[in-house]
Amino acid sequence: MHKAALRVESEQFGKAIKLDLSKGGLLMLYEKGKWMRLLAVLAVALMVLAACQRGTTPGGTGDEEEGEVITIADGEGIKIAVLQVISGDSASLGTDQVRAIEIAVDDRGGQLLNHPIELQVEDEGCTNAGGQAAVQKVLADPQFVGILGTSCSGAAVPASEAMSEAGLVMISGSNTSPFLTKIGGEAGTDYHEGYFRTAHNDEIQGTAAANFAFTELDKTKAATIHDGDPYTQGLAGVFDEAFKTAGGEITIATAVDKAQEDMRPVLTEIAASGAELIFFPIFQPAGDFIAKQAKEIPGLRDVVLMGADGLLSDTYVVIPETEGMYFSGPATPTGPEYEEFVAKYEAKFGEKPIQSFHAHAYDAANVLFDAIEEVAQEQDDGSLQISRNRLREALRATSDFDGLTGTLTCDEFGDCADAKIDVVQNTARQTTISEVRANVLFTFDPAT
Amino acid sequence: MAETVEAKAPRRIQLPVLDSFLWLIRLAAIFAVVWGAYFSLSSGRLSGAQWKDLVIFGLSQGSVYALIALGYTMVYGVLRFINFAHGEVFMSGAMVAFFVARGLSRTAMWTDQVFLSLFLVMLASAATSTVIAVALERIAYRPLRGKPRLIPFITAIGASFFLQYAIAGLFGFGFKSFPQVPALSGSFFFAGFRVLKTQSVVIVAAVLMMIGLYLFVERTRTGKAMRAVAEDQEIARLMGINVDRTISIVFAVGGAMAGAAGFLYLLVFQQVFFLTGFIPGIKAFTAAVVGGIGNIPGAMIGGLLLGGIESIGPSLVLTGLGIPSAHQLKDVVAFLALVMILIFKPSGVLGERVAEDRA
Amino acid sequence: MTELLAARQVKLGDAIKTGLVAGIVAIFVSAIGMVQRFDSRIIFSSVTFSYVLLIGIFAGSGYQAARPPLRLEGYEAPKAGVRNVLAGLLAGTAGGILLALFILVAGTANLRPIFPNISPELVEILAFGRELGLGATLAALAAAVLGLLGGALQLVPQRLKKAIGGTFLWIVLFALLRGVLAPVTRGLGITSLTDLLYERQGLSIAGLVAVAVVVFSSYFFLAGRVRAARGGLERLPENRRRIVVLAGLAVVTLFLGAIPQVVGVFLSEVLSAAGIFLLMALGLNIVVGFAGLLDLGYVAFFAVGAYTTAVLTSPISPRFTPELTFWAALPFVILTAAIAGIMVGTPVLRMRGDYLAIVTLGFGEIARLLFLSDWLEPTFGAARGIRRVPDIALGPIVMKGPQDYYYAILLFVLLAAYVSWALQESRIGRAWMAMREDESVAEAMGVNIVAAKLWAFVIGAIIASFGGALFATRIGSVFPQTFSVVVSVTILVLVIVGGLASIPGVMLGALALVALPELLREFEQFRFLIYGALLIFMMLKRPEGLIPSRRRTRELHEEEVEQDAWLKAEAAKQEAN
Repeated sequence: MHKAALRVESEQFGKAIKLDLSKGGLLMLYEKGKWMRLLAVLAVALMVLAACQRGTTPGGTGDEEEGEVITIADGEGIKIAVLQVISGDSASLGTDQVRAIEIAVDDRGGQLLNHPIELQVEDEGCTNAGGQAAVQKVLADPQFVGILGTSCSGAAVPASEAMSEAGLVMISGSNTSPFLTKIGGEAGTDYHEGYFRTAHNDEIQGTAAANFAFTELDKTKAATIHDGDPYTQGLAGVFDEAFKTAGGEITIATAVDKAQEDMRPVLTEIAASGAELIFFPIFQPAGDFIAKQAKEIPGLRDVVLMGADGLLSDTYVVIPETEGMYFSGPATPTGPEYEEFVAKYEAKFGEKPIQSFHAHAYDAANVLFDAIEEVAQEQDDGSLQISRNRLREALRATSDFDGLTGTLTCDEFGDCADAKIDVVQNTARQTTISEVRANVLFTFDPAT
Repeated sequence: MAETVEAKAPRRIQLPVLDSFLWLIRLAAIFAVVWGAYFSLSSGRLSGAQWKDLVIFGLSQGSVYALIALGYTMVYGVLRFINFAHGEVFMSGAMVAFFVARGLSRTAMWTDQVFLSLFLVMLASAATSTVIAVALERIAYRPLRGKPRLIPFITAIGASFFLQYAIAGLFGFGFKSFPQVPALSGSFFFAGFRVLKTQSVVIVAAVLMMIGLYLFVERTRTGKAMRAVAEDQEIARLMGINVDRTISIVFAVGGAMAGAAGFLYLLVFQQVFFLTGFIPGIKAFTAAVVGGIGNIPGAMIGGLLLGGIESIGPSLVLTGLGIPSAHQLKDVVAFLALVMILIFKPSGVLGERVAEDRA
Repeated sequence: MTELLAARQVKLGDAIKTGLVAGIVAIFVSAIGMVQRFDSRIIFSSVTFSYVLLIGIFAGSGYQAARPPLRLEGYEAPKAGVRNVLAGLLAGTAGGILLALFILVAGTANLRPIFPNISPELVEILAFGRELGLGATLAALAAAVLGLLGGALQLVPQRLKKAIGGTFLWIVLFALLRGVLAPVTRGLGITSLTDLLYERQGLSIAGLVAVAVVVFSSYFFLAGRVRAARGGLERLPENRRRIVVLAGLAVVTLFLGAIPQVVGVFLSEVLSAAGIFLLMALGLNIVVGFAGLLDLGYVAFFAVGAYTTAVLTSPISPRFTPELTFWAALPFVILTAAIAGIMVGTPVLRMRGDYLAIVTLGFGEIARLLFLSDWLEPTFGAARGIRRVPDIALGPIVMKGPQDYYYAILLFVLLAAYVSWALQESRIGRAWMAMREDESVAEAMGVNIVAAKLWAFVIGAIIASFGGALFATRIGSVFPQTFSVVVSVTILVLVIVGGLASIPGVMLGALALVALPELLREFEQFRFLIYGALLIFMMLKRPEGLIPSRRRTRELHEEEVEQDAWLKAEAAKQEAN
C-alpha cells in the first residue's frame, strides 16, 4: 500500500517540477549546445593529457634487489616523517607520541651514524583525508627514509597504501585495527608491504580481556560499550566474540557517541539487561562519564567496570570512581627503563605523559633507527646510502627487540608488538598511572 | 508566513502534493513512535523504577538546555536573530568556573562553607558569560543591525568557532575535571522518584531562575523596555527608550543565564572542554524552538521536553523498533524531534512570542 | 563657492585606543600558543614567522591609528601629516607597554597551570632572549617604532602603500612556502632557483632581494592597469569581446591542464583536495548564494555521495558488492543525492531562513551519526568505514595518484562552474534571486517557490554528491568521522569569504582557504580560529566577499548609499546654519 501511494506521490511531484521547467529553467542548458560542445572538447583534451603523463615512472636509482637507494650527503640529515594527529579533539593521542619520538631522538644524541635525525611532523587529523594529504606531502620529498605513524587507523588506510607503493616503510605506535595487518592469521584487507606497528592488534587484546573477565573474575554476563571509534568498536567486537566462545553471555552490546555526556540512560539499559561486568574500551571523556555515572544507577552499584589501554592515563586513574576498575593493556611498560623514560618526558615537556601510546611510539622510533643503522652503508665521502628494500627487510626481520613495551618481534604482516597482554587493577593503593600499570593481576600470552 | 502563502492561487497546483507528503511524514512518525513504544513497554525490559529514573535524567539534562535556551529565546524575541555563539558563551562560563573551583577546592573553604564556595563559582561563571555575551554584541553584532538576516547569523557562526578555538588555545585542548562536591553526592526519594542531589539542585535552580526572569521581563521597567524594543525598535526609540542599552541588557541577562547553566552543567557532568558548548548550544536552540521561540516559559517547557525525549526516546522508541545501540543515536532523536515539531506545529508548543516580521 | 570647514584631524585619544587593542591582540596570540608555534618557521636570517606576526600587529595598529578621518561634505580633504605619524607612534607605544607588562607578569608568575601556552619559551621569544626587564623594554620600544613606521606609511602615496604592503606579504609567503616550491623547481629542472632563493631555513639574502624587487615593481607598475584592461574589454563590441573571452578561456584551459605536470605530485594532491572543496562550494553557492537558503548540513550530501560510491564500487563493502565502476555508479549517486535533497528540502520548505539553518545542521549530524551507527553497520561498516574503493577508470586508463585525479576533479569543477553560470542567467536563476530578496513578493510575481526551493536543494545535493564520489575514489576509503559539521562550515566559509553568488570569488576562496592551510598543515590547530575571525571580519567589513558578485554588492551596500545621502543632508544643514 505504501509503495503504490509513494509512486503516485512522486509522479505528481515530478509533474509539478516539470511544469516549471518547461517554462525555461534547465532548458537553458540544452539551448546552449555550443557551450556543451566546448565542454566536451575540453573534457577529451583533459583526458588525453591525463593519458599522456601515465607513461612517466617515479625516478630513483638502483637495481631490482636493492630497489630505490637514497643517498644522504655528508652533513645532511636523515629525514623521518612523523604522521600524527596534533589538532582537533584527538590531539593528545598524537602529541603524546610526537613527544615520545623526540625523546627517542634525544636518546640517540640526535643522530644516527654521524648524520643528524631530522623529524618532520605532519598532522593527519585522525581522518582518512588527513592521512592522505599528509602522506602525499611526505612522498613529495624523495629524501624521506621512513614514516613514524599514524595515530589513527582511519588515517593509516590511505597512508599505508601510498607509502607502500612508493617503497617506504611506516611504523605506527597506535593503530590497532586488525584490517591493517592480519585478521585470523591472514593478511588484512588493508595490509600493504612496508607497514609495521608496535601497537596491538585488537584481536589479541579483546580476547585477553574476555578471558580474564570470564575465567579470573568468574563473570558470565557482560555488557560492552564502544564509542564509534574504530579502535573501540574493534575491541568491543572481539571481546563479544571471545566472551561468547568462552561460554559467557553478552547481555547487551551497545554504543554511545563520543560527544555525549549523559550516560545515565544507556547505563540504565545495561542495568536492566542484568550485566555483571561492563567492558568499555573507549577514550576520555566518555570513559569518565561512564565511570562516574555508573555508581549512581541502582543495580549497577556492584557491577565490575573494565576498560582498555585507551583509558590508562594519569588523568583517568585519579578519578575516585575508577577505584577497583580493571584495565586490559599491552604487557605493561614498567621497571626502571620506563621510569627513566617518564622522568625524561616530564623534564622535557613539563607534564606527565598525557596518553597511553607514548611507549609504543618510543619503541617504534627505536625499531626504525636500529633498522636504519643496520642497512645504511657509509661511503668514503661521508655520505650514507640506504636501500629502501633492505630497510623493509631489516624491519621485517626485527626479533627480540628489547623495548619499553616488552620484547618485540615482527611477523610477516607487520605486527611487531609483544603479544603479551596484562590486566591491571586500580585500587586505593595506587595513585599514579605507573603504579596502576604495575599492579598486574593477569597476563595473557597467546603463544601458550 | 504560511497562511498568507496558502491563500494565493498559483500554489494550488503543488499544495496537495506537498501537504500530502508532509502528512505522510507525520503519519509515519506517529506510527513509528507508537509501534516502538508498544514493543518496548510490552517487552518489560525496563522496570517501572527504571523508566522513572529515565524521566529524572531527562529533566536534569533538560534543565540545563532550558537555561541555555533562555538566552536564545530572549535574543531572538528582541532581535529575531539566532545567536549561534551562545553555546560558546555557556562553555566559557563553565571553563572559568572550573578554574575558580579548582582554586577553591584546595582551600578549607570548599568543605567548610560548601554553599558559599559554590555560590562564588557560580558568580564567576555567570560574570564571565555575561562579559563575553555583551562584548560579542558590541563588537560583532551591533554594527550589523538592520543588515539582511543572514549576515549577523554568519557572523555568529564565525564567533562560535573563534570562541571555541580561542578557549582551547588559552586553556588547553584537554578535558578539565571539576572537583567533587561531597555535600552533593547521593540521592533521595521524592514522590516515588529517585533523585540525585545534584539533579535536584539543577532542576530547582532552573525553575527559580526561570520564574525570576519571567517576572523581570513582565514586571520591571527594563523588561517593559525590552518588550517595546522587540515590538518595534524605531517606535521604542521615539518613546525615549535607549535601544542600544536595552539590547545590551538582553545579551547580559541571556549571558548570565548561560553562565549559570555552565555552572550547573559542571555540577552534573563534572567536566568541561572547548567543544562542550557546541552540541548543548544547538540542543538549547532546538529547545527554544520546540517551546515556541521568544517565549520564556516555552524555553523551560521546550528544554525539559527535549531532555526527556533524548533520555527516554532511544530506550522507548528506537529499541522497540529493534534498532541496536539506540543511545548512540540520541542526537538523531533530538534533531528528528525538532523537524517533527516544526512540521506538526511550526510555532512551537506554547506558541511564538515574536512581533510580526515586517521584513 | 562656499567656504569649506577646516579638515578633520586624527584624534589622538582614539589612536591610544587602537594601540591598546593591538596590545591585547598581541597578548592573545601569545597566550593561545600562536607565537611559540610560529617561531619554528624562519622567514629570513633570525626573523621568525612569530616576529612577522607581531610586526604585522603593531605596524598595522600604527597604520590604522594614523588613518585620516573620512572626508565629510563641507570639510576640506584631510591631509596626512606629522600628527598622523604621531598617532601611529602613540598607538605603537600603548600596545608596546601592554605587551611589556605581559612579558613581566608572564616572566615572574607561573601562569602555566591555567594558561598552558604561557611558557618560559614564550617569554624568551617575546623578550628577544634577554633578561626580563631589558627584554620587556626592548619589546615596548620595538612596538613603538613599528607603530611610528606604520603611521608614516600613511604619508606615502596610495600606489606606493599597496606596493609596500604587498611586498611584505609576498616575502612572508615565499619564505613559508619553501617546501612547496622545492618540488616545483625540481620538476622543472631548475633546482638552482630554489638554491638561490633559500638558505637552510628561510630566505637567503639574494632570495629576499629578488622577491622584494620583483613583487614591488610588478605592484608598482601594474597598479590600475588590470582594471583599465578589463574596462577596455567591456567597451569592445559583443562579437569581438566573445573572441577575446574564448581565447582567454583556451589559455586558461591549457594552463589548468599543464599544472599537474609542472607542480608535481604533492601540489597536485593539494589542488585535488582544494578542488573537491571548490566543487562543493560551487554547489553550496547555488543553495546559499543564488537561492538564499542557508544550508548548514551540506556535508550530508557529500557523505551520501561518498557512501553511495563506496558501497557500489568497493569489493569489500559489507552488504552489497556489485563492484560497479565509478562511471556506472555515478547515475545511482545522482539519484540518491537527488532523493536526499528532496528529503531534506521538503520538510524545511516553509521554514524561515534561520530555522532552516539549524534544521539542516541537524540533518548533517543525523547523516554522520547514521553512517557511524551500529544499526546501519551491516551496510556501511560503521567506524570501520568502507575501504578499497577502486580508482576511476576510463577505458584502459586507470587514474592513479593525485596527478591523474586532478583532471577528473577539474572536469567536475568545470562542469559545476558551467552549470552555475548557466543557471544564474536562466529563468530559474532569476526566480531564485527574486526569492532570495523577498519570498512573498517573488511569489506574488508568479515564482513557484516550492519548485524553486526544491530545485536549489536537489542541484546543490547532486553537486555535493559528485564531491563525495570523487573524494571516496581519490582517498580510496570512506569513514564517518570525515563527515563532521566542520566540513559544512568550511564550505560555507569558502563561499562567504570568496563572495556569495560570485563564481570566481568561490574559486579564489577555495584556493586561499583550503589549499593554503593544506600547505601549512603544521599550523592546523589554528585553522578554525582563523576561519572564525575571518567570517566575523568579512561580515563586518566586506560582506560581499573578496570577489563580489555585482548584483549582490548593490544589495548589500544600499544602506551606504542612504548613509551618503544622509551625510550630505547633514552638511547642507550645517551650511544653512
